Amino acid sequence: MNNQQLDPRKKLDIDEIMQDLESYHPKRKGWVWRKKPAEGVNMGPFHYRDMAEPLKNSIGLPAAKYFDAIDPQPSCVVTTEIASGRFEDDIRRMRMAAWHGADHLMVIRTTGQSHIDGLMEGTPEGTGGVPITRKQIRASRKACDMIEEEVGRPINFHSYVSGVAGPEVAVLFAEEGINGAHQDPQYNVLYRNVNMYRSFVDAAEAKRVMAGADIFQIDGAHNANATAKAGWLVMPELMVQHGINCAFSVAVGMEKALIGLSTVPPNSPPAPKLWYDLPYAVALRDFFSEYKMRAQQNTRYIEADIEEAIRTHTIDTLISMLTSADIQSTITPDEGRNVPWHYNNIRGVQTVKQTWAALDGIKELLTINHDGPLGEMVRDLKERAVAFLEEVVETGGYFAAVEQGFFVDSAKYPERNGDGIARDGKGGVGAGSLIARDSDYLAPVCSHFGHNHLPAGTHKACDLIDGCTLCKPEKIVYIDELDPEDNVSNRLEKTLPYRKGGLIRPEAEWAGDGTVLLQFAIPESEDVAREAGLEMARKMGLQDPQVINLSVLHPAEGCFVEVKGKVAFDIKKADLKIPPKEEMLPEDEIRAAIKQVGLKVVAATVGEDEHSVGLREILDIKHGGIEKYGVKYHYLGTSVPIGKLVDAAIETGAQAILISTIISHNDIHLAQMRKLAELCREKGIRDQVVLVAGGTQVNREMAAETGLDATFGRGTKGIHVVNAIVKTLKQRGVV
Amino acid sequence: MTAERIARFEKRREELKKMSDEELKARFWQLCDQVVEPVVGLAQTHTSPSIERSVLLRMGIDSVSSHGVVDRIHEAGLLGKGAGHVVLKLAQKTGMDVRQAAAAILEDKDVLNGLF
Repeated sequence: MNNQQLDPRKKLDIDEIMQDLESYHPKRKGWVWRKKPAEGVNMGPFHYRDMAEPLKNSIGLPAAKYFDAIDPQPSCVVTTEIASGRFEDDIRRMRMAAWHGADHLMVIRTTGQSHIDGLMEGTPEGTGGVPITRKQIRASRKACDMIEEEVGRPINFHSYVSGVAGPEVAVLFAEEGINGAHQDPQYNVLYRNVNMYRSFVDAAEAKRVMAGADIFQIDGAHNANATAKAGWLVMPELMVQHGINCAFSVAVGMEKALIGLSTVPPNSPPAPKLWYDLPYAVALRDFFSEYKMRAQQNTRYIEADIEEAIRTHTIDTLISMLTSADIQSTITPDEGRNVPWHYNNIRGVQTVKQTWAALDGIKELLTINHDGPLGEMVRDLKERAVAFLEEVVETGGYFAAVEQGFFVDSAKYPERNGDGIARDGKGGVGAGSLIARDSDYLAPVCSHFGHNHLPAGTHKACDLIDGCTLCKPEKIVYIDELDPEDNVSNRLEKTLPYRKGGLIRPEAEWAGDGTVLLQFAIPESEDVAREAGLEMARKMGLQDPQVINLSVLHPAEGCFVEVKGKVAFDIKKADLKIPPKEEMLPEDEIRAAIKQVGLKVVAATVGEDEHSVGLREILDIKHGGIEKYGVKYHYLGTSVPIGKLVDAAIETGAQAILISTIISHNDIHLAQMRKLAELCREKGIRDQVVLVAGGTQVNREMAAETGLDATFGRGTKGIHVVNAIVKTLKQRGVV
Repeated sequence: MTAERIARFEKRREELKKMSDEELKARFWQLCDQVVEPVVGLAQTHTSPSIERSVLLRMGIDSVSSHGVVDRIHEAGLLGKGAGHVVLKLAQKTGMDVRQAAAAILEDKDVLNGLF
């Protein structure tokens, strides 16, 4: 079961994943970096300097088709955050993201989980995230284990060790093969109002457990610039927060190589972003040279406009490339308007992939100018950070500084706005819950932090109990479900028709959610456009329509409006008529065959028909027509009689005749096509010419009906036509 | 207060300006270590219900039972010994395995009487 192989042509079977979870253990543990060949990577016609090994299976950028379908993979780990509230649907999203190049899949926890005093079990539905439980992790990790085989690169699975159950969550993660986790006691104190003493004492144990399982740690400092009113002013404080978590982590036993800074370029256009974000990025990388950089994209100033977010994230990625990033995180560009939709995870990953490919090796071409303003700004930030720490010490230490509101004040240090988050040492969740360890305190398990009075002669703590779960996974107790209603089995039953029952609905988050997005320009002012957008969606049959983005094109002339809603109908897969796919010959083979026979064609629009645009696009090199592949053509014009065209073919020795026929009144197009075949037979040349017809009302089935070799409808390109001609020539044994 | 703080900052800054980049970096890390040192000491000498539950988990006791067991031990005033220690000691005393010992504590916390 553990060795189950995924077939790229088949959907992942969630029902199979849910089987035998009680005995599933991850096939490996610990964080994995990408493999980056020192000599660079050659792909298609290019040499890349800063890329990782390519994937076995992946989907490249849309333009990749012009470049031998290459899909260069950035040298850094690429993150995407996936948490819709239903892990069984997120698993499919993870597979899609992995195919586009994500190898760090981060699962946000359901709202309020950090205040739950203990582990959650089972598979309840989440809000704004997923309830993190043993069953949920096992199923997801099992899927990741299969997906990483499919794409050919290890996947790092990630969640959060915060809140009042940090040590237990860390043990769960270590047992179940979670590869990365956020852990920062300051986050609990500042944003979750967990008692400050409790938060740090718990964190020491959690960090030690994480270190024992090689779990990569990311801190929580970036929350300060997502919270502060002016995110770009809190930079000295951010450096202090990073410093405290790093120093604390090392002191309790973490390796520096597995400690990452969560850092965000704090500013956003229309601000002159680079003048803030670059000095900050450089200052951080100077001070924290022994630690890893997890570069996040800006969320502080993300609005409902997806394109604006993508542009900002492109610049964020540029800053990573100008400095450094061990992990480049991505933010779904729709985060400013809804819980991320799955296809927007892909867009986020593509933004990094596209930027990284475009700017590959940028540091060999450009260098940052440290002289002048940049150097001065970097030094200024560092001095302020050090002065901040000096004041913390002078105040009486970390806890005293928190009580006095040193942190998340939105002014630039040492100025204060007085809006910092101050916490009382005696207050917060879990206040008064710490217990002093007695002199004979004992914990008979591995990865335990602090005073532990093992009996004399004890070699390893867990020898006292004949092995702990970290050494003997078979000792782990698996709890399946605690809630008979709110669980994955019940949800899967409801979505069965959309997963296996042959019904289709569009989706954005969950199987069968029916969510669709409408985009239109409405030539009215904002207030009118908003209501008109909703009314249009209603008339199109959408349920529960909501305007999720509106941008004003001009105060009076109009607006661009985006409306989401749900469709109320299903499509039956069995009722769809899916045309069989035309198999294309390799382009090289087509070109070689054309050259071999010196392919000439005659072409015209036939009958009383003056349309010429479609045929010209099939012919001309400028439009990617057949000329591009080495075909010589003789174009006779419009309204050409069939007889004239056949005569021209005989005269010029053409091997193919192309006719265009647009007018379909009284089936005149079919008549013209039949006439072409008949005339060629009468003249005795039917076996020497390939007969092709095209037009807006023509389809592929008409060739058989009319006695031609190939017929084409809308959307046809030159390559399709030469493909059909060469195929026919092959069948006849000419090439 | 604010004016005074800013003045102190300016004074500090004059000193910092004299440092090389390397010295400034060393000072940053020395201060970070200084700030976390007492916090690390606190963690070495203290425990919490969550830490103790995490110990029981590692001993192969399920999450639901761990919760109740730690609560019982806490009520008996024995959490400072370590929950794992208490469960282990009860197991050794009675000949039960640790899971059975945990279950016994859940059933009747009087089994903890006279254990230490």
